[in-house]
Amino acid sequence: MYAYDEFDERFVRERVAQFRDQVARRLSGSLTEDEFRPLRLQNGLYLQLHAYMLRIAIPYGVLSSRQLRQLALIADRFDKGYGHFTTRQNLQFNWPKLSDAPDILDLLADVGMHAIQTSGNCIRNVTADHFAGVARDEIEDPRPVAELLRQWSSLHPEFSFLPRKFKVAVTGATEDRAVLKAHDVGVRILRHPESGEIGYQILAGGGLGRTPMIGKVVRDFLPKGQLLAYLDAIMRVYNSEGRRDNKYKARIKILVHELGLDAFRNAVESEFAVGPNWSAEETAELARIAPSFSKIAYDDLPAVSRIFEAAKLANPTFAEWVENALFPHRVAGYAAVTISLKPVGGVPGDMTSDQMRAFADLAERYSSGELRVTHAQNLVLPHVKLDDLFDLWRTLGALGLATANVGLVTDIIACPGLDYCALATARSIPIAQAISRRFGDSARQREIGPLQIKISGCINACGHHHVGHIGILGLEKRGQESYQVTLGGEASDNLAIGELLGPGLSADEVADAIERIVAGYLAKRRPGETFIEAVRRLGVNAFKSAFLRGAQDAAA
Amino acid sequence: MSATKQSSRKPLLPAILIANDLRAGDVLFRGAHGWTRDPAAAAIATTAVDAEALEKIGGAAVARNEIVDAYLAEVVVDRDGRPTPKHFRERFRTLGPSVRPDLGKQADFAHYAVAAE
Repeated sequence: MYAYDEFDERFVRERVAQFRDQVARRLSGSLTEDEFRPLRLQNGLYLQLHAYMLRIAIPYGVLSSRQLRQLALIADRFDKGYGHFTTRQNLQFNWPKLSDAPDILDLLADVGMHAIQTSGNCIRNVTADHFAGVARDEIEDPRPVAELLRQWSSLHPEFSFLPRKFKVAVTGATEDRAVLKAHDVGVRILRHPESGEIGYQILAGGGLGRTPMIGKVVRDFLPKGQLLAYLDAIMRVYNSEGRRDNKYKARIKILVHELGLDAFRNAVESEFAVGPNWSAEETAELARIAPSFSKIAYDDLPAVSRIFEAAKLANPTFAEWVENALFPHRVAGYAAVTISLKPVGGVPGDMTSDQMRAFADLAERYSSGELRVTHAQNLVLPHVKLDDLFDLWRTLGALGLATANVGLVTDIIACPGLDYCALATARSIPIAQAISRRFGDSARQREIGPLQIKISGCINACGHHHVGHIGILGLEKRGQESYQVTLGGEASDNLAIGELLGPGLSADEVADAIERIVAGYLAKRRPGETFIEAVRRLGVNAFKSAFLRGAQDAAA
Repeated sequence: MSATKQSSRKPLLPAILIANDLRAGDVLFRGAHGWTRDPAAAAIATTAVDAEALEKIGGAAVARNEIVDAYLAEVVVDRDGRPTPKHFRERFRTLGPSVRPDLGKQADFAHYAVAAE
């Protein structure tokens, strides 16, 4: 893992000292709320429905055991004993006091963390493939690039006041697990189809929110050493041409859409041609960063573990968990393990401080002291020996962290919604809980197979509802919470926006509606056909009548 | 939304004044004799004059940097004289997260959680 050098350390400490002074001035009354708000937001501190909320950046989703223990300590000392992992691979505390925020940031700095640029119109925390460095389909580990971009974007003087927020995702694998096409900019490490040289494909103009757009390829192949210069060019075009007159049209996706891809690309390439060249610095810095990500000492193990195979045969519950939790590791005898933070009927992404501490111990014992946070609000232990899986599973079970539902219908993404968020128009979590309880039976979930439900409590789409196989959007309708259901979205290389199935439903009608959609799938699927494959083959309209029939029954 | 909203339209009545404590972030209500965390103790404005007086108090407290985001919320008053916000958003603000009944005002002021059911 990357460890702060003296410059990173000093930079973050200085920033904490500045914020401590700003908070003191706010509390003494020498700064008004209007003056202070942008300062607290630049340090990740929001004012939400019930209290302040601190959003902490987890750079490209990578955490150490030591960092997780520190988050647990903060949860106990300054919050209410739990944290919430978000769809941006961040962690949120829901109850911090303003007066404690500087102390919290100091504790974060102690473990090489911060909350800088987790809010505001700047380049936000860079996200990445949660299987970075271990996936078999990887061309190159994307974390050095992600770390380079973290450093480049941190307080970048030219890009600190953009028209709107800006999200960058990076992958080094052939399968896109970082949902590049839903980001303002996506960076894909790939091989040139002819020369075999490793470089970058650059996408831009994707995003969800009020106006969902699918990211487009701006540059097919960018040689190494030119990434920062090219991103500079994109940011400059956006910074000068992006709209500032209308907040809802200020994201780069609108600029790309309004200019058209060719005109946008021409503008970027023109800027790139005359802009500064950072090639030497970029190459040197990447070379400095990269070794910190390749320090795991793997044992020489056989590809098949007899202990693991025997445990599966002897324990069907373990075998069920294994079915979806394991991801093949590039090193023989190892697996990357996804740990569901979606207990049946629980709050998606929440973790108690006790669980954090125990999980930090597990990561140390079984995964070189490292874990990952996924955009699906789950955790990953990236380097587990197959021999250790059974012991790991038993310990996870005792912690309430062995739910066997990764990728299934109850592995639901949900934003905090109106239970916490000041922007929300309706609640998300209780809807997730109702669906989770409805489909909680393990055999039934496995019978249904892979199905992604994603829930947002407002149009801003933090819960990624547009790209859920089934998407649910909470709105207000005539003074009540009302839920729109979409079908056919996909958060993959084939990024697709779901289509609306019909009129809004009340909260207590949603689980029934999902049940009818799923019943339609089970009745019509071909052998081996997944939910989303069946939706693609049959079309969204094939599911509308079942959805509407139920809605009419409810109205009658 | 930092200053008290000086609403151009008439406030919907009856109403209570909701704000956040600057230092703690906690949701506060203007009571008969100061700020309170207990929603049941919120002063209820039943006339436009009362509502304007509450707003003025809120504006002054914002100016003194004691609170932020003060605004009037329309309520219904139950038989015991306790106010419940009409809109579900403000109702959650008087209770806490619906998914964590062990947290927030619903945990601290059990009498109100029952009344709001």
